[in-house]
Amino acid sequence: MAGMETKSTPDKGAKPVRQVGDPGALGDFGANLLSTPRSFMRSMVRHGKPTSDRAKSQAVFGNFFLHILPVRTHVHSIKAATTLGLGVATLVLFILLCVTGILLMVYYKPSVDQAYASMLDIAHVVPSGRLMRNIHRWSAHAMVACVMLHMARAFYTSAYKGPRQFNWVIGMSLFVLTLALSFTGYLLPWDQLAYWAVTIGANIAQSPRELTDTLGITAVFDVGGMQKELLLGAHYVGQEALIRFYVLHVMVLPLVTSIMIAVHFWRIRKDGGLARPISADAVAASPIASSSGDSSPQLKTYGLMSLMKGRTPAVNLEIRNTVTTWPNVMYVIGAATMVTILAMVLLGVLFDAPLSEMANPAVPENPAKAPWYFLGLQELVSYSAFMGGVGIPAIVVLGLALVPYLDREKEDLGIWFSGRKGRRVALTSAIFSTVVVIGMLWFTVSYGWLRNWESTAHVPQIVITLLNPGTVFVVLFAVWSVITVKATSSTRMGAIALFTCFLVGFVILTYFATVHRGPNWDFYWSKAAWPVH
Amino acid sequence: MGRSYQLGLFIRGDVDVKDLHQAERFKPSATRRDFLGLAAAWSAVLAFMMAMLGAFRLPMPSVFPESDSKVKLGHPNRFEIGTSTYYPKHQLWLFRDEQGFYAISSICTHLGCVAERKENGKFDCPCHGSKFSVEGEIEGGPAPKGLLWLDLSVSPEGVLVADTLSDVNVGTRLTA
Ligand code: HEM
Ligand code: FES
Repeated sequence: MAGMETKSTPDKGAKPVRQVGDPGALGDFGANLLSTPRSFMRSMVRHGKPTSDRAKSQAVFGNFFLHILPVRTHVHSIKAATTLGLGVATLVLFILLCVTGILLMVYYKPSVDQAYASMLDIAHVVPSGRLMRNIHRWSAHAMVACVMLHMARAFYTSAYKGPRQFNWVIGMSLFVLTLALSFTGYLLPWDQLAYWAVTIGANIAQSPRELTDTLGITAVFDVGGMQKELLLGAHYVGQEALIRFYVLHVMVLPLVTSIMIAVHFWRIRKDGGLARPISADAVAASPIASSSGDSSPQLKTYGLMSLMKGRTPAVNLEIRNTVTTWPNVMYVIGAATMVTILAMVLLGVLFDAPLSEMANPAVPENPAKAPWYFLGLQELVSYSAFMGGVGIPAIVVLGLALVPYLDREKEDLGIWFSGRKGRRVALTSAIFSTVVVIGMLWFTVSYGWLRNWESTAHVPQIVITLLNPGTVFVVLFAVWSVITVKATSSTRMGAIALFTCFLVGFVILTYFATVHRGPNWDFYWSKAAWPVH
Repeated sequence: MGRSYQLGLFIRGDVDVKDLHQAERFKPSATRRDFLGLAAAWSAVLAFMMAMLGAFRLPMPSVFPESDSKVKLGHPNRFEIGTSTYYPKHQLWLFRDEQGFYAISSICTHLGCVAERKENGKFDCPCHGSKFSVEGEIEGGPAPKGLLWLDLSVSPEGVLVADTLSDVNVGTRLTA
């Protein structure tokens, strides 16, 4: 008996022998109840306050949401100039879109009879509905912008190079997914803009028919028609299309995007953190590392790291330039998050998301403009649908995905534009593509295109389909980049030339179609000059 | 003595774990094993692809919601020679001239906007500026082909019917 008593040495408070009148177990209960908040906290967060290096490590390592981050992070990765916070901003926007999107789903009805009315309800009746809708709309635009800028920053800092090639490809899929999310969401308000933009989009999906018609095989092999039917479930934009777009927009695409984002982040870890220049490791202890109050880290090898190929994070000397992730990286992520959310809330409060009249299949919007990020393509589509809407986008996406496999020079990782030479190439390429694109637009506005001239008015349709001004751009840009490769004997410089040309081309076409295209897709200097009906 | 392992179907009895590294010992059955393994893997891939095919067949409609693509236009006598009538719901024009009836769809063959018929009888598309002649032939812009001439017929009860999903050669008229 006595032996047992000593063995089960009780907790501080509990008494081995209880007497009548003692608070006893009831007293324990009271004490437990009082200390519940603390003991609950301790059961959830096992380490104490993150003051020691060990506890800071545990704060990251032991947390499900943070364990995708390394325990220590290289100082180069948290400099503002490395990422501009764009990746984090994109993630925050995605989360913001999921949250506001779920709230909108509470009232939105995906039916052609009710969709528009439910949008009006959300804008005018539902408490804070208008703000949520505004935030959702502006975040969608911002996410497209951020994903493009993030891609440009990954490109210009050579972050696509080995070992990160595949993460660049995953990034490309995220880029396409982001555009698909925007496009499917665009139809849901069921207003005139939505209806006609999606009608045009669905007919672009059908445009491979221009090719199969020329080959005379549409009857047996009609890819274009199949794509349109798959997208719309009908030959026109109606209830079937609305429900398909809804399912894609609220369920399929967000799910796939979430999975791809997880893979994207996981790959960043496995690829050894963010790309950084070799010089970033040459400096001994950097000022950030010493000012963050870290105790000097011990050199140490990680057992599992030996299983991984290539450069691994924080092996050997690199650890000298690292800081604990908690709290240093948390500050960076927190700052980017707050700036992003603040900007979106401000936009949402200040500007209302547009909603035109209810969709009317009998009367097209004139001009029926797609959202801004598709307007560059819409400009090309106005010369020929297949090349402008399918051919050129496919070439660009494929070309971008192949960049890391065509340019394998290993130097200059993590350096913007790979240094001075690259900055010069980027600048000359920007000037070259500006001249080419503006020159071409000026030409088509002044003189028209193939169908407008006597000599070419009756060329076969296949020529009109393939010979789009966009085709001319792509060929000229490709030639320019090959010339750059030869002149600089560097594939990296060729890649910079090509990427810059495409980027500048995209920006100019987008600007041109937004500002200078009016009714009947005619050229106007400004919206004020549009004819009044 | 090393420890002994029982390793499934292909390696019977007690095997010294060291022997496992001597690939030679197992060579004779390696090709057969490869074959079975590959066959299993490929049949799994094939089964998966068939399943995917079945899954993706689902969203390809076999019946369209507008399966009734036939539009009743009215009794032929209602239309005088030399007139044109617009059906906004179905976006088609019905014409009658000396030679008979014909119907032209005003849905632009470029990207599906509705082309407007101007005073002079020509069609203009507001979306990207395609231009079509009085008969719907291309005169400019990005459209790959002219406006469609729709299949016209007379129903048993004597009413003119246009089929919006079936087109005929330009110039084909229904003689009344
Ligand atoms: C939903 C879209 C995306 C999200 C949420 C996302 C998020 C992130 C985040 C948080 C990082 C860490 C560094 C940083 O903040 O910049 C990152 C890195 C990276 N991302 Fe993305 N990204 C997306 C799309 C893309 C796209 C479209 C590309 C390019 C095609 C891309 C390529 C990369 C690459 C190569 C890295 C590594 C950068 C380095 O090592 O310096 N990502 N991404
Ligand atoms: S839809 Fe008619 S010109 Fe584009």
